Amino acid sequence: MVDIRIPIGLMFTILGVLITVFGLSTHSNSEMYLRSLGVNVNIIMGIFMLVFGLIMLYLARKKKDPGTADG
Amino acid sequence: MLEKLDLSWIDYLIMLIYFVFVLGIGWFLRKYMKNANAFLEAGRSIPAWVAGLAFISTNLGALEVMGMTGSGMKYGMLTTHFYWIGAIPAMIFLAVFMMPFYYGSKARSVPEFLKLRYDEKTRGLNAILFAVMTILASGISMYALAILMEKVLGWDFNISLWVSALIVLGYTYLGGLSSAIYNEVLQFFIIVIGLLPLVFLSLKDVGGWAGLKESLAPISTDMGYAADAWTTTWKYSGHATSNPLGVEWFGILFGLGFVLSFGYWCTNFLIVQRAFAAESVTASRKVPLIGAIPKMFIPFLIIVPGIISLALWKDPSKNFVMPLDAGGKPIYDYTIIMLLRQYLPAGVLGLGITALLASFMSGMAGNVSAFNTVWTYDIYQSYIRRPTGNEEADGKHYLNVGRVATIFGVLLSIAAAYIATKFGNIMDFLQTIFSMINAPLFAVIFLGMFWRRTTGHAAFIGLLSGFLLALLHHGLTVPEGATTLVKGGWLGVVHTYPVEMAQNFWTAIIAFSSATLITVFLSLVTRQIKTEDDLRGLVYSLTPRLKEENVPWYQRPAGLAVIVAVICIILSIMFW
Repeated sequence: MVDIRIPIGLMFTILGVLITVFGLSTHSNSEMYLRSLGVNVNIIMGIFMLVFGLIMLYLARKKKDPGTADG
Repeated sequence: MLEKLDLSWIDYLIMLIYFVFVLGIGWFLRKYMKNANAFLEAGRSIPAWVAGLAFISTNLGALEVMGMTGSGMKYGMLTTHFYWIGAIPAMIFLAVFMMPFYYGSKARSVPEFLKLRYDEKTRGLNAILFAVMTILASGISMYALAILMEKVLGWDFNISLWVSALIVLGYTYLGGLSSAIYNEVLQFFIIVIGLLPLVFLSLKDVGGWAGLKESLAPISTDMGYAADAWTTTWKYSGHATSNPLGVEWFGILFGLGFVLSFGYWCTNFLIVQRAFAAESVTASRKVPLIGAIPKMFIPFLIIVPGIISLALWKDPSKNFVMPLDAGGKPIYDYTIIMLLRQYLPAGVLGLGITALLASFMSGMAGNVSAFNTVWTYDIYQSYIRRPTGNEEADGKHYLNVGRVATIFGVLLSIAAAYIATKFGNIMDFLQTIFSMINAPLFAVIFLGMFWRRTTGHAAFIGLLSGFLLALLHHGLTVPEGATTLVKGGWLGVVHTYPVEMAQNFWTAIIAFSSATLITVFLSLVTRQIKTEDDLRGLVYSLTPRLKEENVPWYQRPAGLAVIVAVICIILSIMFW
């Protein structure tokens, strides 16, 4: 019917890029990252989500019909 | 009271992107919704891994996330009993022993299984109770979330209630059960990824697991428990008074591990429906097992941050705020959102709030899609308009009924949410009622599947009297320090439990035991009307075994079950 990995992959790729870019643009704002113990979590989570999203898209492309495959 | 947490444009943008995707999935699936079977049963075509993630995602609703984090703060690692001794064994049992009959019976719902195995009245009783309870549950979780958003983010209660309900309505109306299930998979990943930074940051803050144990030790001894009472699971379960949960090992093992968990995971149609939608009987048996794998690790995502919040709260230098009730105790439901507020800067904060919204939606969509199925097949089709025999016309007609039921289900949930605003206590009372209904239901379904002698009359009376006796027990007992009749004792007080949890466990134990005894007794004295032919595929002894010779052991449900059990035992021993 539909390969759910495509929308999941797309969403996390978009969110990943968005949050990474936001993290980079706010990187000099150390006051903002006081809450997260000085860690720029936006860059870390952004890249993580981007990679996750791309893996999902890759898996969906690799196997055109996952309906018959079991996880 | 609380200083409002301000979100920035990026946080709202993240939420918006999420909303576009959930509605987009519904929109994409709408063209497949040609008849009731596609809409209400997802055409029985969902791959096992998708249904498996949906299976646990629908359980990972707002009340679960809020409640389990709060319980982490309140009871510590003992909260993991809800997972490692509660959910996992029940999920294994459902997969290995019950799914062949559920799926093989071709029943489209749990009430319909009761109709096939027993009779019309047993189905009717269960269908009506389930429909009412499901709507109330979805209303309550909606209320709980909207009130949280109002208090912490300053969002208008009515707006967050209606907007979140209408989004759920949007995608379940468009794509039915398929849309609910596919979205639950997306929501599962959003919940996990959105809460992940919280786990790492809070652990980093307290100096890891070792640092956490160290900072909890004085807090724990202060409250009269052993130093490691908050970071162990079974170690102090010898006596009810020596662990923060307030229940001893027998109550945990039998009350929570057996009666409550089996009652919930093996009979609650909201959950089981995900396995019903699988593409084959083997896939349906794998669904709970695939779900069990991430389920085992969810305690690290939501319970561990809750435990950390106790250490934070007791340490003034951390500036961790918890809203307090009139008695000066923290309101535990707020734990998760107060943690988000403590650690997450703009950006990931939006992701965390989106995770909470996603958990709410996965729970509510589960309720709505289970409600419309039970309403359409077990109430409307049985009592209002029977099938005419023209399959195509019927399929279209019941599709429309299912769609209208979806709209009504959401509207009734909204009404229930407003009722909850009037009676805050109703929430606790309903939670208690759920266990009174589920435990006898498990007894009756279990006996039906494994003892062919069980009769319809016996099942009906067993179901009803199990519930009534549990109600009676609740009316005659109270937890210590109870101030309202909602907590029990409305018929007079015969026994006082040290904590509410113990009372809940024993209510369920009584519901289950009495339903079992009464059903067994009445089955022996009433006549079995169903013939062996009627019961083929529904009862263990009359159903041919499934053949799986060409499948490697680790791909068989039983092999997968062993893997799940072993990981679960290792986890339990690690945190003994």
